[in-house]
Amino acid sequence: MEKKVNIMVVDDEEIVRASLTSWLEEDGYQVEAVESGRKALERLPERDWDLMLVDLKMPGMDGIQLMDEVHKTAPEMLVIIMTAYATVDTAVKAMKKGAYDYFVKPFNPDDISLTIRKIVDHHKLVQENLFLRKELKKQYKLRDMISKNEKMLEIFDLARTVAKSSSTVLIQGESGTGKELLARAIHDESPRMDAPFISVSCASLTESLLESELFGHEKGAFTGATVLNRGKLELAQDGTLFLDEIGDISLKLQMDLLRVLEQREFRRVGGSELIPINSRIIAATNRDLAAAIEEERFRADLYYRLNVISIHIPPLRERREDIPLLVDHFIEKFNIEMGKEIRGISEGAVRILMSNDWPGNARELRNVIERAVVVAKGNIVTESDISLPPTSSDANHRTKSLEEIEMAHIRVVLNENQWNIVRSAHALGIDRVTLYNKIKKFGLKKEGVAPKE
Amino acid sequence: MGDSLMATVRTLPSIPVPPDSFEARRNQYYSTKILKEMLGDVPPDTLRLLGVTDKDLCIPILTYVFGEAQVGGTAAVVSIARLRQEHYGLTPDLPMLLERLRKESLHELGHTFGLFHCPSRDCVMHLSNTVVDVDTRGRDFCIGCQTVVASKTGTERRG
Repeated sequence: MEKKVNIMVVDDEEIVRASLTSWLEEDGYQVEAVESGRKALERLPERDWDLMLVDLKMPGMDGIQLMDEVHKTAPEMLVIIMTAYATVDTAVKAMKKGAYDYFVKPFNPDDISLTIRKIVDHHKLVQENLFLRKELKKQYKLRDMISKNEKMLEIFDLARTVAKSSSTVLIQGESGTGKELLARAIHDESPRMDAPFISVSCASLTESLLESELFGHEKGAFTGATVLNRGKLELAQDGTLFLDEIGDISLKLQMDLLRVLEQREFRRVGGSELIPINSRIIAATNRDLAAAIEEERFRADLYYRLNVISIHIPPLRERREDIPLLVDHFIEKFNIEMGKEIRGISEGAVRILMSNDWPGNARELRNVIERAVVVAKGNIVTESDISLPPTSSDANHRTKSLEEIEMAHIRVVLNENQWNIVRSAHALGIDRVTLYNKIKKFGLKKEGVAPKE
Repeated sequence: MGDSLMATVRTLPSIPVPPDSFEARRNQYYSTKILKEMLGDVPPDTLRLLGVTDKDLCIPILTYVFGEAQVGGTAAVVSIARLRQEHYGLTPDLPMLLERLRKESLHELGHTFGLFHCPSRDCVMHLSNTVVDVDTRGRDFCIGCQTVVASKTGTERRG
């Protein structure tokens, strides 16, 4: 049987409550009438209300104040404001504040029954739509990742399967594609989910620092090692160790790591005790490891050890259909974080986002949306809220390679920010590590000064 | 009408509408107060009581009603004021008025038997807010509604 429609009537006049209630009941609605805004708020959580008919003028809390309060906890609630004293001002105010409609007492029975019927039908559709969209989203989601691209959905499936095993996983993809998110998702979907997920960014540390970071060190292992320090390998015990930017580690560390992976045990720096490890290793890189092997910068045997299960995340420009989905997802996320109420994005703004190449991938898109949500004045993100790096739309650069454009742009941004890495990385929509890597890769230098390591 | 209800219909002597039901500001009569007055004097052996008036009826929240009933109760009242062709500036039509009155009476009595508005357009319990609605909907209960009415008239009469 179909669920009865629940209507709450709020009016301080007993006679109005009684007559409206009995009249609506004749129409088969489930009606509850209360005499004040305070009572209405008390009853609100008791039932899944479909509609509220609220009198404008009531002692204490008036109808518009009540509507504001209701919308704080139930933003989708349909409220019809009723009044005996119709003025254009109050009608406009009520509608602006989010009332669904505005009725003048007494009502023409034909008008009100049609309107309510229309609302109820519309409401049913909206609810159904929301439900279906949520269902769809579920299918498109893997933890914090979202996509409807076929390749990505295959990756999600593979990740869910892989999560059940302890195999080593190698994730490849450009920076900003979500390699760490995928690693975390694999961890969260795995039986190890309650154990720690430990992430190490291999590119951000020098060889000796990274060694002690990974393996830990005994007290007195080297100058300054005043206490025993457990490394990330130990901290990730029973959990997952995520080695980001694995393509950037030195050949010596590659050998150490290979030994650990093969023997499943290691020694702390300066120690002699063999410590067994049972953590799952997930490695990631934005480099072309095959090319690095050719150039003898990366050990083939380590590559094969890591590459038991290989996942390649496609760049955002190869899955543009995900852009609107990601935009919605980010808007929702930043709404919550910033307490904003952005309801969507204009078509024009979506067109701009769809035609961009997104060298910084989903992370760059996220940063652009974060900015847009901050600067948006209304509750819709419009074209003027979108700010993209100039290179992506500058036609003069068409003949140059993407790398050249990227390099030139990074140089401009670095100079603009006096080589402040944090600020420049933020402006570029990439993280610090990636920026360091790019500085290294392109051999960028501050005038007269070598880039800081 | 007795056939549709499967009950015997009796006509009682007329009574005046209660003076306090008059809404001077609207020049209409408040139907709920008329219902209350009727309920004060229900003859024994009476299953349902239907009032018929020529006064234009209203309730405080609506500009007019054709009639009012206690859902699942004893009494109902209908008005012929807005069922008359002359209300809409047309020539009087007695057969049409009687047909409309019959439908409205069955409709309001249907409410007293616990029926809500019926989605079927062929049913006399289908919602009607205008005379056009009254004219287009069916003149009797649909099978579903008829069953409800029959069960009530049958059992309640026995009890």
